[in-house]
This record gives sequence, structure tokens and C-alpha cells, in this order.
Amino acid sequence: MKRISCKEEVCIGCHLCEIACVTEHSRSKDVVKAYKEESPRPTPRNMVEEEGALSFSVACRHCDEPSCVEACIAGAMVKDYETGVVKHQPEKCVGCWSCVMACPRGAVKIDPSKTRVIKCDLCPDREVPACVAACPNRALICEEK
Amino acid sequence: MQYVIVGNGVAAIGAIEGIRRRDRENPITVISAEPYLAYGRPLIANFLRGALSKDLLLLREESFYEKNNVKLLLGRKAVRLDEDKRELSLENGDSVPFDKLLVATGGKPFVPPIVGLGDNYHTFTTLKDARGLEEMSRTVKVALVIGGGLIGLKAAESLHDRGLRIHVVELADRILSASFDEVAGRIIYNRLNQVGIGLHLKNTVEEVISGREWIIGARLKSGEMVECQGVVVAIGVVPDLELLKDSGITCNRGVVVDDFLETNIEGVYSAGDVAETKDMLLGEKRVTPIWPNAYSQGLLAGQNMAGAQKSYEGSIAMNSIAFYGIPTISMGITNPPADGPYRIRSVVNEERSVYRKLVFQDEYLKGAVLVGKIERAGLLTGFIKKHIAVREYEDALMKDELTLTDFPKNVRQEILYSD
Repeated sequence: MKRISCKEEVCIGCHLCEIACVTEHSRSKDVVKAYKEESPRPTPRNMVEEEGALSFSVACRHCDEPSCVEACIAGAMVKDYETGVVKHQPEKCVGCWSCVMACPRGAVKIDPSKTRVIKCDLCPDREVPACVAACPNRALICEEK
Repeated sequence: MQYVIVGNGVAAIGAIEGIRRRDRENPITVISAEPYLAYGRPLIANFLRGALSKDLLLLREESFYEKNNVKLLLGRKAVRLDEDKRELSLENGDSVPFDKLLVATGGKPFVPPIVGLGDNYHTFTTLKDARGLEEMSRTVKVALVIGGGLIGLKAAESLHDRGLRIHVVELADRILSASFDEVAGRIIYNRLNQVGIGLHLKNTVEEVISGREWIIGARLKSGEMVECQGVVVAIGVVPDLELLKDSGITCNRGVVVDDFLETNIEGVYSAGDVAETKDMLLGEKRVTPIWPNAYSQGLLAGQNMAGAQKSYEGSIAMNSIAFYGIPTISMGITNPPADGPYRIRSVVNEERSVYRKLVFQDEYLKGAVLVGKIERAGLLTGFIKKHIAVREYEDALMKDELTLTDFPKNVRQEILYSD
């Protein structure tokens, strides 16, 4: 199971992980088009938290016994027990925020549309998730755990 | 090895996934009185509002059962459990043998005797109920909902959205008294009032009055007459123990289970709204009809049915529900007695419908009520479940925009990365 974590000692809060996430989940997969032309612009599925010199990036850990899956009333959040990925199916999401209530890492975000949630999907089309590949300091690491 | 699950709600889904984590081979049979594939029960409110098609109600894709080698007996009611022969009898006379059994029959609506009510009422816990209310809403102009809890208010909201005038009668002095405190209840009360739903607190229905063919109104304890043509009873749910009536399975209010969710009969387990399970914060066993807990109990019971020895750590009551656009979350101990060991911190802006209340005991967070702003509420769940001392960070927890930067690295690492 791939898991992303962040070394806060070397994270400089550049937000490139968020930009890479937006680009990867855009229709064009082109950073300029994703930001300038696509509407609505994809929302980053991760989030950089910062305060002074401290910063780190937070994303879903795809837990073994995911609280978000337990809580989902719509069958939108499911754990694939073969790949380990906790998958969110936006078309099934009703925006009840049960997963927001349940995720102990605070890693499920409310989409700006306020009708559904959004979270890390581990970049199904990529070997290494886009955020990890984009991190200039290797603060973000992806490990098999 | 024959696994059998009675009930096809979220606890059953959890149990199937739990069994299949350890045993990919042996067949599972699911027996359910309801004729549907497992659906998101709380979604019946969205369905009734007209906001959701039937296929979107499904909790898992249609192929889920086949993929997991599950035989479905839908629309079949298990009526008798013989623990000596280890078999279930169905209403149609069939019998189903089992080696390991999960009783996950859930709850059923509690309907008190009310003068004049007869069987001329609706409840609101199943898809069939929602369809019945959809039908009712085509002919009825005013409906009376008895009970101002989550189910009653969701029925009220959905029917109101379908164009009915609604009255809600609640015995307590506030709505949502089981999960909320007075302030949160008042914020939602005001919102419902604003959209035109009539709320009658500290009141009950004394008599339902019918004309020649149908209901024409109800007389309340206050003496008030409410004109209505339909009645929804939503006072609460009780464990559905009918199947166990003549069995040797020990029941109190719900099915009694041990730490492994096994009943007094070996190989017979119970999970979800029918079971009495440990409450993590109160330390006692009780029936907590809470969605996430039903799933996690099913998941654990399923693994134990397939040979694991996992102990249930206990649940925390929690609800996330929105009323006319106001999101609310409650978790853990939300309304502690004033003379108890709890401390409360709260901030409220009733005009903006924003409220945040945290309940502490010693150094620990024990509960929360959030109205209006609920982003990252799960972090609070994490602090409660992981029993992290938070005394130094109470100010940080009170911020609407919860951020982990306010915590020391070790706490942050535990929240973000520990299992």
C-alpha cells in the first residue's frame, strides 16, 4: 500500500504539491491550462498548512480501516481491499459531511461547490503521485507500508 | 463453513467486507426482509425530496454481492432461530443452516398508542416508507410529524420540500434533544421556523381525528387543534428482536454481546442498531443506533466470524446532518450534567447560525457540537478517540479553522501518521 507522508523539517511551504495535484486532476493535465482555462478549476486534494517557518502538506493516508468509509451513508467512499486505495466517487456523494466528521486526520476536504467532498486518490494513472514527484525538497515521500 | 447474515443494512455490508478480509472461499448468505440491495438508509430523505435517483441509493455496486460470493435472499423474513439445530426458519417455510451467524436486523420504529391513530400513519426508516410518503404527498396538503429528532425533522424537511405544510410535535422543550444541546437545537429551530415548518414543543398528540375516510386533524395536549391529513410517527427506533423471541440468545434492550461482538451462543454474533455495544466514553454497553458504528461493528464481527479474535474498542456517538443548508455535527458527550466532571467552552453567533461547543474532562476532549462551520471536524474525533491530552491547546481547538500547526510535532505526527 502506497502511503504519502511529509517531512516538515524540509517542507518550505511552496505549495507546488497543490499545484501538481490540480494539474494532474485537470482535463488537460497542463498547468497553465488547468489554472487559466478550465472552469471550475480543479481543487487540490491535499493541503499545505503553514504558520511562520513551519509548514507541511496533508493528504489522505488510505487507512486500513478507514473511518470515512465507515461513516459514508451514500456508498461514495469505498476501500478497495485489493489495491488498498480509499476511493471517493463524487457522483455518489451527497455532501452529508459524515466523512469530514469521521476522518481523524482532517484529510477529507469540502469541495468549493459545497455539494461534495474531495480527497487524495493516489493518482491512479501514475506510478508516483504527482505531489510527491513535484516536491522540490523531497519533503513529500511515498512509501510502501 | 456457512456464513449467514440476517439483515442487509450497513452492518451487513461491513460484515461481508470483514469476512472476506480473512476468508475468500466459503459462501455467505444474506437474508433480508427488505426486497432491496443494501442502500444508504439516511438517503431516504434525499430520495423523498426528489434529489436522488434509486440507483444512487445503493451502498455498493450491484456486482458487489456476486464478487464476494454472497447469496441474497431478499424479501425473505427470518422468523425463528434454532441455536441447537443451528438453523433459521423463514416465513415461507424454508430453513437456512448456518455455522456462523450475524444478527444485524437493525431497528424498527417505535409507535406509541395514540387515540384515533390506528394504523393510519407513516414511519420513516425504510425506502418503502419513503415511497409511501411520496405517494401520500400527492394527496395530502398538511402533514403532522410526531417527534422532533433527526428522523422526524428529516421527514419534515423532505415533505416540506415537496410542497406540504408541516407541523412537528415534540415532547421535549427543544428539538434534537438526543444529539444536541439547547443552543444548537434553537439555531435549527429558528431555521425551520423561518422556512415555515410549524414546531410545537413541550407538546404531544392526544388524539388523531378522522372524518369518514381519512384523517382531518389532531388535538394536541395544549388543546390546540392542528388540521392535517397525514401523520408521520418518528419518535425513535428500538432494536428489532423479533427473530430472537423464542431463541436462547440473551437480550436486554438489544442483543447482548461480549467484547468480540459474540452473543452467549457460540458462533452467533450481533452488530449495528440491534446490538448493545460498548460506548467508548461512557464505558457502558448500550444500543447506539449510529451509522458509522454499525459498519465498524459489522466489519469487526465479520472478521471474528472468519476466525479473528479482535476486540471491539467501543464506539462514539456521532452525527453529521444538515438542515436547510446549515451543517451540524455532534460527537461524544454533547450535553453533560452541570454537576459532573466536565468543562465546557463555547462560542455562538446565533444570527449567523454558527456555534462551536467543546466538552472537556480533565485534560481530554470528550465531545463537540458544531453548527455552521464544520471543516476538519474529524480532527476533534481524532483527539477524542486517540485520547490525546489537549489542555494546552484548547484555544486552538476552539478556532473555526482548525489547523495542526497549533500543535507540537509529536501530536501532529500521531494525528497524521499513526494507525
